[in-house]
Amino acid sequence: MKNLNTKTISELSDMLAAGECSSVDIVNDVLAAIDARDGRVGAYLTLDRDAALLQARAADEARAAGKTGALLGVPIAIKDLLNVKGQPCTCASRMLEGYTAPYDATAVAKLREAGAVLLGRVNMDEFAMGSSTENSALGKTSNPWNADHVPGGSSGGSAASVAADEAIASLGSDTGGSIRQPAAFCGCVGLKPTYGMVSRYGLTAFASSLDQIGPLTKTVKDSAILLEVIAGHDARDSTSIDRPVPAFSKQLDDTHRLDGMKLGLPKEYFVEGMDPEVEKAVRDAVEHCKSLGAEIVDVSLPNAKYAIAVYYIIATAEASANLARFDGIRYGLRLDGKDPIELYGRTRAAGFGSEVKRRIILGTYVLSSGYYDAYYLRAQKVRTLIRNDFIDAFTQCDAILAPVTPTPAYRIGEKSDDPLKMYLDDILTTPVNLAGICGMSIPCGFSSAGLPIGLQILGDAFKEENILKVGHAYEQTTGWHRQKPKM
Amino acid sequence: MSDTNHMDVSYVADLARIELTDEETTLFQGQLDQVLDYVEQLNELDVSAVQPTAHAVPLVNVLRADEPGVSLDNDTVTANAPASRGGQILVPKINEQF
Repeated sequence: MKNLNTKTISELSDMLAAGECSSVDIVNDVLAAIDARDGRVGAYLTLDRDAALLQARAADEARAAGKTGALLGVPIAIKDLLNVKGQPCTCASRMLEGYTAPYDATAVAKLREAGAVLLGRVNMDEFAMGSSTENSALGKTSNPWNADHVPGGSSGGSAASVAADEAIASLGSDTGGSIRQPAAFCGCVGLKPTYGMVSRYGLTAFASSLDQIGPLTKTVKDSAILLEVIAGHDARDSTSIDRPVPAFSKQLDDTHRLDGMKLGLPKEYFVEGMDPEVEKAVRDAVEHCKSLGAEIVDVSLPNAKYAIAVYYIIATAEASANLARFDGIRYGLRLDGKDPIELYGRTRAAGFGSEVKRRIILGTYVLSSGYYDAYYLRAQKVRTLIRNDFIDAFTQCDAILAPVTPTPAYRIGEKSDDPLKMYLDDILTTPVNLAGICGMSIPCGFSSAGLPIGLQILGDAFKEENILKVGHAYEQTTGWHRQKPKM
Repeated sequence: MSDTNHMDVSYVADLARIELTDEETTLFQGQLDQVLDYVEQLNELDVSAVQPTAHAVPLVNVLRADEPGVSLDNDTVTANAPASRGGQILVPKINEQF
């Protein structure tokens, strides 16, 4: 065993091309790691053991026949709200137990075309609603760095699978921080692309104006490789943007210098109550970027403090409409009733967990007659102010540096009884979704308790190349990403 | 916590077609009142001259050619239905006259 599961996409791609290993070797090592560790980590909901080996053999044959590509034969885990044809897609909900995806999500289809091996589907908060993966109705996921702590969420299974070397990379989705926050908690790289960069076709909708699919990886370069494959216009998502996808991975240079780049530091992002170890790690990272040649400028995002209030109105409003489709009629769970109304009420009572019910109720309320202007319309207006802050800030800098979360990963059960307390932790990630810009979390240190800390790098819409450049230079000159949890 | 409830949880849950237990109604009432207290802070801002943002990347009238394509076949669709017969999804009776 060569421990191929510990390698990156870029390393494996070179090894495969040089004939030093096969895709079957890689998948075997990944499956061995899953067998050894997943009982403790709990990243996977369903593992496609046989299908993965078949895909690996097909990738090896395709390579022998002359096919190439960075993802050819590389095994990837998929968040369980992306449709993978012929496989379950539960969204970690009782509502969709037994559901079989009838088609591939566009991002999944693009992975298949690139020859990636689809390993299985990983855990998440139910319908992506949560920040700790504790809202999964179907399984418990632990942080690979400390099993008593949460992996973050909602893409907690994605982050845990990558951090535990139970996948080479994973796809997640980010509506208010659901890629970046678990990446920070588990010590991997998580990128939320600009809204419209990746097609949402086949992604189970939570809040349609905020949702984006993105990669969770071991390095920034891997993130660039994966983004390049999944990005692009899709006629089946009317909000996907028709513009060429840059060759992100080729743009990364190995000088690791940031000369001529201006990096903004928003004072509002060092919020009250922030863990001093997180603040220090992020401020050290800012100094490090300065030493690489970047100029640090102060920027202001005065309305960012309203992001949680705006987010929990807009996201729940959109969710209340999107989740109306789970009515027990066409697919998913059904509990019979004397009439359709009773059937709907009983089905949704049994199928949804508490957090999903709370958010649907809140969303229904803010859209209801007499309250629409006071809540929903006002929130949309404040969304404009938040977006304008970023537009102003990006006239002064090429990217923004900030923390991802106020604290490192907290203990399982610590916040699960207090929804508002859990929501407030999203203060540093939600503004990015509201503004539609791109953001990435990369490892920038550890707390004294040995838990990872993330650095958030934000870029203007369709300026992924800027955040990838900064992230790559920082990562390659610090090496935090090379540390592994003791499994 | 405010003195009065912002919303009647059991009325709104009914609008959302979710049956709640008494325990859930009480629990959610407290939790959602707290959230609504929190969002009150948006009233500090004067937004009378601000345009709302529905989408961060504005797009207008996204159209495609109106050409028939391949849809999911009947078996695939009904395979996921809770109840089906003869290629159709079974639903409860909605009109006593039929």
